[in-house]
Amino acid sequence: MADVDNKALFEFLVRMGDNTLILGHRVSEWCGHSPILEEDIALANTALDLLGQTKMWLDYAGKVQGEGKSADDLAFLRDAWDLRNVLLVELPNGDFGQTLMRQFLFDAYHSIILGHLLKSSDDEVRAIAQKASKEVAYHLERSADTVVGLGDGTPESHRRMQAALDYLWPYVGEMFETDDIDRAMASAGVAPEPSGLRADYDALVGRVLADATLTIPEGKFAHKGGRNGYMHTEHLGHLLCEMQWLQRAYPGCEW
Amino acid sequence: MAHPSTEQVWEWLEAVPDPEIPVLTLADLGIIRNVDWEGDTCVVTVTPTYSGCPATSIINLDIETALRDKGLTKIELRNQLDPAWTTDWMSEKGREKLEKYGIAPPQPAGGPERCPHCGSPNVEKLSQFGSTPCKAQWRCTDCLEPFEYFKCI
Ligand SMILES: [Zn+2]
Repeated sequence: MADVDNKALFEFLVRMGDNTLILGHRVSEWCGHSPILEEDIALANTALDLLGQTKMWLDYAGKVQGEGKSADDLAFLRDAWDLRNVLLVELPNGDFGQTLMRQFLFDAYHSIILGHLLKSSDDEVRAIAQKASKEVAYHLERSADTVVGLGDGTPESHRRMQAALDYLWPYVGEMFETDDIDRAMASAGVAPEPSGLRADYDALVGRVLADATLTIPEGKFAHKGGRNGYMHTEHLGHLLCEMQWLQRAYPGCEW
Repeated sequence: MAHPSTEQVWEWLEAVPDPEIPVLTLADLGIIRNVDWEGDTCVVTVTPTYSGCPATSIINLDIETALRDKGLTKIELRNQLDPAWTTDWMSEKGREKLEKYGIAPPQPAGGPERCPHCGSPNVEKLSQFGSTPCKAQWRCTDCLEPFEYFKCI
């Protein structure tokens, strides 16, 4: 493996792990609330995959950090300002259409970056990507199909999907921000520069959204501040309140 | 001290049932990747089916229990992600047992070959996911029975 700065590698790993952690938790909020049983089961299974991937990323992050922290420690004992997920995944679920649109916009990015991580110079990153990419290919197939089904569906479902896309689109740009950590990862061959993934993303997402008869909003404005920890949305704190409640009320509790 | 051969350990492990689909053994699933002795420690390398599969920790516990029952005391379980598990590693015997149990075995074509109840090739997908991460829900359009399909990954 190439020479890598452990601090930068840790940051990269928590970015990966926090995306799946927070989205996994969001998706799990649907458990028992979905419009029909099949969708409920599908969302719960998607959440489960994402949490499994979180464990792999954060376990490795803990190892790289070298302070003896487990994936659980990193997931449950950090506060909002230490989380490094993109803002897109912490946004509230909204209606079912908004949840699936958010899932699709993330799955498309996730599948593309994991495809590159299959060639990572870091053995552990490569192994995690191998495992995760198979699951994410399945997630993408499902979310893309659902976005097309609902976008090109009834006038009501179309209207809701367009509203979801209009709301979520300004959060897409953050996934392709490139900073010093990304450049360090790229020069060590660990991970690609996110900005280089945008063309593939636009092609993939453009194709599916066209099939869905949805219009990508104009304008380049992008909300940022999640993946570099500068400023999360107000929604993250509320999410953490629920997700971390047990460890905060009963520190160190296990079963 | 002499210890049981790795072949013997494999044989013991082959009898351990999967906690969620008990007609399959861990060997049928193909998730035990290696058995080796390191000094007096028996090292078993296991790969997870799905990264978030809740059965993974139960499987590890079952492996340990099975080997302790045979008198082994020093056991180490190793988790191996690479190469990632694929349904290609499922044994032929395992596929037959699955179908008899009512779960259509994985197919490279991405869907079940036939209804596990009546054998009809006329089947349709109900949902990409099922009761566990490894399964999807399908239905037979002849006998009309729903059934689970073991996803091909
Ligand atoms: Zn049938």
